[in-house]
Amino acid sequence: MNATVSISAGTCHNNDKPACRPVSRVKHGLKMKRTDRYLADQDLSPAELSRLLTAVGQERSVEAFETIFRYYGPRVRSFMAMKTRDAQLAEELMQETMTAVWNKAVQFDPARGNVSAWIFTIARNLRIDAFRRKRPVFDENDPVFVADNAPAADVELEGRQDAELLREAMESLPAEQLDVLRRAFFDEASHSTIAEDMGIPLGTVKSRIRLAFDKLRTALEGRR
Amino acid sequence: MTIKHHISDALLMDYASGNLSEGWSLAVATHLALCPACRRRLAAMEGAAGALFDKITAQEPVTTSDWEKMKARIAAAPGGQGDIAVAERPPIAGYSARPAATGVIPEPLRSYLGGDVDTLKWRALGRGAYQIRIDTGDPATQVRLLKIPAGRPVPEHTHEGRELTLVLSGSFRDGNDLFARGDLEEADGDLLHTPTATEDEDCICLAVTEAPLKFSSWIVRLIQPVLKI
Repeated sequence: MNATVSISAGTCHNNDKPACRPVSRVKHGLKMKRTDRYLADQDLSPAELSRLLTAVGQERSVEAFETIFRYYGPRVRSFMAMKTRDAQLAEELMQETMTAVWNKAVQFDPARGNVSAWIFTIARNLRIDAFRRKRPVFDENDPVFVADNAPAADVELEGRQDAELLREAMESLPAEQLDVLRRAFFDEASHSTIAEDMGIPLGTVKSRIRLAFDKLRTALEGRR
Repeated sequence: MTIKHHISDALLMDYASGNLSEGWSLAVATHLALCPACRRRLAAMEGAAGALFDKITAQEPVTTSDWEKMKARIAAAPGGQGDIAVAERPPIAGYSARPAATGVIPEPLRSYLGGDVDTLKWRALGRGAYQIRIDTGDPATQVRLLKIPAGRPVPEHTHEGRELTLVLSGSFRDGNDLFARGDLEEADGDLLHTPTATEDEDCICLAVTEAPLKFSSWIVRLIQPVLKI
């Protein structure tokens, strides 16, 4: 049973580099007896995912959580495997991430972003912990913290629209920019590593990042 | 307070992806505490990462046994299944309807220092300047809080690699640019610059560097090893 990890919009430029090598043989405790593709590959809309996670948080719905688990479990596992190159560790980190999703679901606020972004941050933080690194974060309840002045209602509306707009804008990014973003977010590669792997100058990596985010920002500002 | 100098895309993306080491992250996170605009940019980047997450074509779906394992785990989790009545969602923090910010040094930096400005123990750095070295678990960076007297320059220096300077109180000028509370200066190596505190008050800033600063004045260089700067 081989698992290949790929991102539809990404391209592999150099197949013999570790960053592009498929992660092989993700092991499971039991062999998969039937094709259990229930929802895993189905594209759930951000609104639907948001509704499901809210049901997990507010009603502790195991049924809603199962759908979320089947949708995100394979994605989180792939995400973990890209950095760890260790199927067992990736499996454990996936289980840990999804447990955290269950435990923290009540904190999910659909007004402030989408489910995928929220789960990405949980997975990212657990991956950082797994490598015993530290990532200082701001504290919204700190009295010195400078709050946003925008009215809550506006922020809520924007949060919902942003999720959709970002998704659309990401579709329109050139493959070369998506590739740089994917490597940075998923392989946790430094800019110089990305430049080396792709055989392009460091300045090009930085300009692709800037161009990509300029475009995403323009898409978000177009709404205002 | 209007922040004019923000985190660059490349640096913010490193922070968003979890790819920035602790020392640099401390400066970035402390700027974020003061800058709603950059927090929105961070949220957009995490949103972009989420969109990429959706696009992972995972070839290997979770199995029924994976799900059974997961179900057992959440049932055992504290506050697990059925344990919580309808829980309250915490109010949206960070948006209006809260008292104006008070204090000078925000989290996460304040915890690293053990208190706000009124409790700090400064060490003389020479030429009227003071510093506090901040311990992190990150060997690749040197992190310090600096206090530069009003109207005085930070000792003229070049540095290897990146330097981040975040103003927490007062302000400084570097060339034609003015940096005030919340502003972040991102300097590359080889740059010989002379940040100078403005005349009105002392400037307190967080400085993160890659390697120990090399002061180009020979007197300072001579006493550098003694002062351990």
